[in-house]
Amino acid sequence: MSEKTAPAKAATRAALGDSLVELLHEGVDVVAVDADLSGSTTMAKLGSVAPERLINVGIAEQNMIDVAAGLSLAGKVAFTGSFAVFGTGRVYDQIRNTVCYANLNVKISPTHAGISVGPDGGSHQMIEDIALMRVLPNMRVLVPADYASARQALRLAAFTPGPVYVRLGRAALPQIYDEQQRFALGNALLLRPGTDVTLIACGAEVAEALTAAELLLQHDVHAEVIDAFSIKPLDASTILQSVARTGAVVSCEEHSVIGGLGSAIAELLAENPGLAKRPLARVGVQDRFGTSGNTPELFAEYRLDGEAIAQAALSVV
Amino acid sequence: MAFDEQAVRLRACRIRKSIIEMIGAAGSGHPGGSLSAADILATLYFGDVLRYDADRPDWPDRDRFILSKGHAAPVLYATLAEMGLIPHDELLTLRRLGSRLQGHPDSRKLPGVEVSTGSLGQGLSIAAGLALGLGSAEAGAAAGGFVPAEAGAGLGEAASGTPVAPQPPTVYVLLGDGELQEGQVWEAAMFAAHRRLNNLVAIIDNNGLQIDGRLEEVVGLGSIEAKFKAFNWQVLQADGHDIAALKAAFTSTAKLQAGPVVIIAKTVKGKGVNFMEGQCGWHGKAPSVEQCAQALSGLADGDE
Repeated sequence: MSEKTAPAKAATRAALGDSLVELLHEGVDVVAVDADLSGSTTMAKLGSVAPERLINVGIAEQNMIDVAAGLSLAGKVAFTGSFAVFGTGRVYDQIRNTVCYANLNVKISPTHAGISVGPDGGSHQMIEDIALMRVLPNMRVLVPADYASARQALRLAAFTPGPVYVRLGRAALPQIYDEQQRFALGNALLLRPGTDVTLIACGAEVAEALTAAELLLQHDVHAEVIDAFSIKPLDASTILQSVARTGAVVSCEEHSVIGGLGSAIAELLAENPGLAKRPLARVGVQDRFGTSGNTPELFAEYRLDGEAIAQAALSVV
Repeated sequence: MAFDEQAVRLRACRIRKSIIEMIGAAGSGHPGGSLSAADILATLYFGDVLRYDADRPDWPDRDRFILSKGHAAPVLYATLAEMGLIPHDELLTLRRLGSRLQGHPDSRKLPGVEVSTGSLGQGLSIAAGLALGLGSAEAGAAAGGFVPAEAGAGLGEAASGTPVAPQPPTVYVLLGDGELQEGQVWEAAMFAAHRRLNNLVAIIDNNGLQIDGRLEEVVGLGSIEAKFKAFNWQVLQADGHDIAALKAAFTSTAKLQAGPVVIIAKTVKGKGVNFMEGQCGWHGKAPSVEQCAQALSGLADGDE
């Protein structure tokens, strides 16, 4: 981020409780189903204004997903909680065979995704969730980059019938968007125009990609930065047009390089004649687990920070 | 529809014939656990237990039935055909490309299927969430359940025209006994009792067999009754092939308002087809043409 904006920092998870309360006040028949983490996920905020709408199933994540499925069958708009490692991985079969197979109106909205969880370590740092959710038929995948976009992602989830995954994190992130910014399924956002390389980022990596774009100016490289907020459906036209213009791509995600945003972009480019040979570098977690540390340390250790993105960009221009 | 034991018995016999015909035509499927549940579904659907409108399978105030043991799909399809929701001829499309009758029930394809099932252990959780969402009168006040906005519309009138308190729909869910080995079942059992969901009725098709052998040899459950009692459920027992006993159990559940109820229905796997009865080899195997004929002639005898 450039210094002059002095952004307010907030975690994307904070948007969950705020959005649920907002949706309730708008008359949406919303419920939150959590598994003993309602303070951490911020779902407790909904419970504080409407106790009957926060359904805490205890430490029983499988039950959490299917209770939400049952509530959706009764007409509720059901959001599920827990941490992303449990709320997607442990309950994969419930999400696959009940929520997605039956195409139910259940929103998978756990928090604490990615390695930015920090000190809790690798067991709690979910870096495979985008891959797991992206591969499921009927599932949509949204990865917001800041608090404001998380609010919009959760609204989109609420008003889009069927399963939606919204990836939320624990760490406070710099503000990228103002409240007026609008988002849509299948729409990427062009945050910074450039001519030499396209940096396509999601989530916490959007701010890092903007930092990288500043760093790259020192090398006379003008980077275009795109926020791939909607990973499924992916905004193919925005991405392809940008890559056709700049001729090089770096994907940036706080996730494994296998199966996530980088893979989605690689698949897209490979299937488009003329663009398949554009150089692509994938910034992400390189097929390893996370580890304990604070978030900035981990972003440096795992080569996810702005400097690492800039270096990756220099390798492809 | 008043309860007529003999009429229900005839329905069960026809359901069994359909099960054999459809699995025989498909060349694959699960006859054992479908046959063991035939009397349970016949009593639920045709014994004046389940509240539904065959012309309006999406009627909001209907009671719900979830087949958690989704591999017994043929018994559900045969029952829906008896209701008139599926043409009888369509049963013979089971498991074929393009058929609404998928190998395991698919709610996106077939009206009357409340939710897709097939991965064991999930139905009780879904049923609990559905019961909570539909509104369990007692649970609503006690544990924060929902009171449905228009529950019982059109039903809240007694014959005399006197309004009575609306009764939220009841959710019935059928589980296999082998399915009780899935840990999630007990997550759901704990939750349903904690929430005092008194519009939730689970039925256990207790045939004692699973794919690899007798339950007690694979991983013994011990006492199903003691387990559910320990989880604060109200437990009823019934002979799962005695229509009158099943009807009596279902009638009793309406009076048990303290929370969820489970009916442990003692059954015989493959019931009604003599060479399949008690044989775990018939869990997931289709009968040959000759075996179908033999089974159907045996069932015709039982029709009398």
